[in-house]
Amino acid sequence: MAGLTGRMSTVVKAKVSKLLDRAEDPAETLDYSYQKQVEQLQNVKKGIADVVTAKKRLQMQESTLQQSVVKLDTQARQALAAGKEDLARTALERKNVAQTELQGLDTQVAELEDQQQKLTDSEQKLRAKIEAFRTKKEVIKAQYSAAEAQVRISEAATGVGEQMADVGLAMQRAVDKTENMKARADAVQELEAAGTFDDITQLGGGEDDIDRQLKQLSSQPAVDDELAKMKSELGSGESAPAPQIAAGEDAPAAEAGQS
Amino acid sequence: MIVRISGEEQYRLPDGDKERLNELENAVIASIDAGSEGAFPPAFTALLDYVRSNGEVLGDEELDSSDVILPPSDLTFAEAGREFTGEGLIPD
Repeated sequence: MAGLTGRMSTVVKAKVSKLLDRAEDPAETLDYSYQKQVEQLQNVKKGIADVVTAKKRLQMQESTLQQSVVKLDTQARQALAAGKEDLARTALERKNVAQTELQGLDTQVAELEDQQQKLTDSEQKLRAKIEAFRTKKEVIKAQYSAAEAQVRISEAATGVGEQMADVGLAMQRAVDKTENMKARADAVQELEAAGTFDDITQLGGGEDDIDRQLKQLSSQPAVDDELAKMKSELGSGESAPAPQIAAGEDAPAAEAGQS
Repeated sequence: MIVRISGEEQYRLPDGDKERLNELENAVIASIDAGSEGAFPPAFTALLDYVRSNGEVLGDEELDSSDVILPPSDLTFAEAGREFTGEGLIPD
């Protein structure tokens, strides 16, 4: 088969021969194969640990952002109740940006969970194949002449090598994915470091660079809608009740930045 | 004939299935050549599904090499396109 599968087969087979070609003395090949297999299994475990670490990092960011969303929502209500509509709008803009980032993070965490599951399955399969190889190697050694055994064990080693190469490819994909995600996580971190999601009551008087950037990042129609909704919830504004702390949670996530 | 779906299993299929597999693969290639991002996923899924439903999964104790290796099921259209510009699915 040419094309798609041909290319794929070529890549994997090249990796298999790389994995198997390193033993110089054929007599050592058998034990060397097994040793390489066990090493590769360690690499897979490390790969899984890396994915888990990346996932945890994103989850921590998620929880920080979730707190910011609740806080900014509360502050917007407070500002509005105090008749400071500009401040309320700023808080909602920031909340909108935080919510959009949260949605992105959610998707990424789900993707990493998927990767983690796939790698864990692959690791189990590879472990089972390596175990089968170890047993088979001894059986073949006992049953065949040295030369014949060499051939048969090499075949088996190639089969395990293919499994190793395949797990290696899956790991490479996982690493690529986490690296792409890291870029986004870093961007969120920059926003955080710039105080984007901090207490808006700490804001100075004038509009700063962050505010101007936020205006561009946030969805203005969504912010307008939310501001209008908040106003109507607060009634005419005269006897505005104390802002509800829980309000941030029923602020409909679907409303902002969903498009 | 042994077919591996990368990231999944190895399957044993009758040698006679080769022709059908070729047809299914050609449909995948046609969708890529046509730059049809919409036609690619169903064509690619049809290829993988054929192998999954007509093949018999190799047990863990079977240490055979595959005759054909199919890309992983989460292959994107962009990645599939790169296959043909020589960059390959995963650079060495």
